[in-house]
Amino acid sequence: MRRGALTDLLLVGPAALAVVLFIFLPVGVVFVLAFTDYQVGAQSAEWVGIGNFATLFGSRLGRNALINTLLYSAIVIPASVGLGLLVALGLHGLSQSLPRVSAVLRTVYFLPVAATLVAMAVAWQMLLHPSLGLMNQWLAALGLSTQQWLTDRNLVLYTLAAIGIWQSVGYNMVLFLAGLAAIPTALYDAAEVDGAEDGWTRFWTVTWPMLGPTTLFVLIVTAANAFRVFETVATMTRGGPAFASDTIVYALYREGFVYFKAGYASAITVVFFAALLLLTAFQILLIERRVHYR
Amino acid sequence: MTDALTLDGVSKRFGDTVAVDNVSLSLHRGEFVALLGASGCGKSTTLRLLAGLEAPDAGRVLLRDRDATADTAAARNIALMFQSYALYPHLSVYQNIAMPLRLRGLSVIGRLPGAGLFSGTVRRVSCDIRQKVLQVAEVLRLGDLLARKPGQLSGGQQQRVALARALVREPCAFLLDEPLSNLDTQLRADTRDEIRALHRRTGYPFLLVTHDQSDALSMADRVAVMIDGRIAQTGSPQEIFRAPASIDVALFIGHHRMNILLAGAGSALHPAGAGLHIGVRPEDLTLDPAGPLVAVVESVAFHGEETIVQLRGPSSAHLRLVLRGGQAYPQQGGTVRLAAAADALHGFDRDGRRVEIGR
Repeated sequence: MRRGALTDLLLVGPAALAVVLFIFLPVGVVFVLAFTDYQVGAQSAEWVGIGNFATLFGSRLGRNALINTLLYSAIVIPASVGLGLLVALGLHGLSQSLPRVSAVLRTVYFLPVAATLVAMAVAWQMLLHPSLGLMNQWLAALGLSTQQWLTDRNLVLYTLAAIGIWQSVGYNMVLFLAGLAAIPTALYDAAEVDGAEDGWTRFWTVTWPMLGPTTLFVLIVTAANAFRVFETVATMTRGGPAFASDTIVYALYREGFVYFKAGYASAITVVFFAALLLLTAFQILLIERRVHYR
Repeated sequence: MTDALTLDGVSKRFGDTVAVDNVSLSLHRGEFVALLGASGCGKSTTLRLLAGLEAPDAGRVLLRDRDATADTAAARNIALMFQSYALYPHLSVYQNIAMPLRLRGLSVIGRLPGAGLFSGTVRRVSCDIRQKVLQVAEVLRLGDLLARKPGQLSGGQQQRVALARALVREPCAFLLDEPLSNLDTQLRADTRDEIRALHRRTGYPFLLVTHDQSDALSMADRVAVMIDGRIAQTGSPQEIFRAPASIDVALFIGHHRMNILLAGAGSALHPAGAGLHIGVRPEDLTLDPAGPLVAVVESVAFHGEETIVQLRGPSSAHLRLVLRGGQAYPQQGGTVRLAAAADALHGFDRDGRRVEIGR
C-alpha cells in the first residue's frame, strides 16, 4: 500500500514540480509584480497598488490597445466562425457528390492553419505592398483606387482582422466538419418526414442544434486566439502606424521586453489572464448547463 | 377496398446495383402488411421510396389512388418510425412529439420562441398542438415523461416517443422500420402486442419492415417476402408458410431451413420427385421404421424442447430432422428410415417455382 503510494508520488513528482516551478511560481510572481513599479534589472521596486491597472485603463495608449483588441475580436470571431460553418456545410455537401474536389478544397482551407503565421505574414506583406503588391495591382487593373493596407491608420486594423479570419477559418471548418459528420443521417430523414421540406428548415431543426457543442467550442477557441493576436502585429505593423494597430498582447510585449517595464507588463498580463479565465469559466458553465445532450 | 398506398412497378438503382427491381405492392386501408427480407435485400430502400425519402428511377407511387411519385416526404403525410428512432436529442419528449405539427401548422416566424406573445393565431395553433400531443402521450403512456430529454429514457420509452411522434399528425399510412430489432426478448414480445393493439385502435394501414420472420408472421395480415430486390411472394402468413411460391421463399421462411431433395432423390417420398425438387420441413419428417427414405445420422444436437438431427440421405442429400419433446433420438452413425405425410411435401420445378403435387 505504502509502497504503491510512494511509486505514484515518484511518477507524479517530477512533472508536478516542473509545473509548480515553471508555471505556477512565475504566475504568482507576475501577480505580485503587477502591483509594483519594478523594472527589469532594477535593484528595488516600490508598491504602487493599483497604479499599473489605472494606467492601463486610464491612459490613452492603454485604452487604445484594449479597444483595438476588442474591435479586432469583434470582427474576427463572428466572421471566422460564420465562414468556417459556411465552408464546412459546403464541403460536407460536396463530399457526397464530388468527394475528390471536397478533399482538395479541405486541404486548401486548412493550409493557413498548418503554415507558420510569421512566414505567412511576410507573404501577406508582399501581397499588400503599396506599389509592388498584387492586391493593389489587381485593384488598379479593375480601375479601383489603391489602398495603403498596412500604413493607413483607418485601415490597418481591418487588414489585420482579414488576415486573422483567413488564418482561422480553416481550423474552424475542420471542427465543424467533424461536428457535421457526427450528426446521424436518420435525423435529417426524420425532419424531412416531419415536414421540414426545405434545407433552411432542416438546418434550423437538425444541423444548428446538433452543432451546438461544436459551435460553442469553436467560439471559445476563436475568441481566445483573437484576444491573443500578436504575430501579425509584431511582424507586419509593430502596432503602427501611430499605435493604430496596437493590441493588448503587443503592448504587453512592448512594455515588458522593449521598455523593460516589468510591473506594468505584469499588470497587463493579469488583466489578460483574468479575461481568458472568465471566458473559460463561461464555456464550462454553458457546456454543463445547456448544450450537452448525451 | 381502396388502396392507401401502392408501389407500381418501382425500381431504384444505386450506381450499378439494382436495389429495388420492378416492385409492386399495395397497402389496403386498415391493413397490416409486413415486408420481410434478409438484410440488404432492398426492403429499407422500398420503405424510403414509399416515404418519399428516395425518388424511384422507374415506376409510380400512388397515395389513395393518386400519383404521388413527385410529392415530397412531408406532402405525402406518411408516418415513418425509424429503426434508430431518430429522436431530436436536444428537444424534450413533448417537443419531439410536437415537431411534425409545428413544422406543418406554424410558419418559420411562428416557430420562433416567444411568437405566441404577439400573434393570436400562433397561440391558437400552439394550443391545438398541445391538446393533440397530450392525447397521443396519454395513449402511449408518456404523460409523466414529457419534460425529459430522449437521452434520459430507456430504449422502450424512446420507441414509444418515436411512435407518438409518428402518430400525432394522423398519417395516411404508418411505416415501421425494424421496430423490434433494438429491444431485448421480453420487451420484444410486449412491443409486438402493443403495435398490434395500436394498429387495431388507430385503424391506419401499417407497413412493417423486418428481417425477422416470426415478427412478420405473427403480426401481419399479409406478408410480402422480398428477395434480391424483388417481391418473391405476397400472401397471408399461413400461405407463405404452407405454400411457398418458390424454393427461395421456402428456404427463407421457417425457423428451421427446409430440406430440399433434388429431382430424382425425392422420388422415394413422392412419385413426382423423379422430375421435381421435393421440399419438406425438418419438423414434418418423422422417424418411421417403415419409412421410404433411408438416411445416415451424422450428428445429434439437443436444444431443450427440441432435438436437431443432421442426416445424410439419398444422393448424399443433406437432411435435417427436428424431434419434439422427449422423443427417443437415434444414435450418431446409425441408419434410420424417415417418412413424411404427403400434404407436408412441396414440389418445385427446375426454375425453383412451386408446382402443386397431389396430396
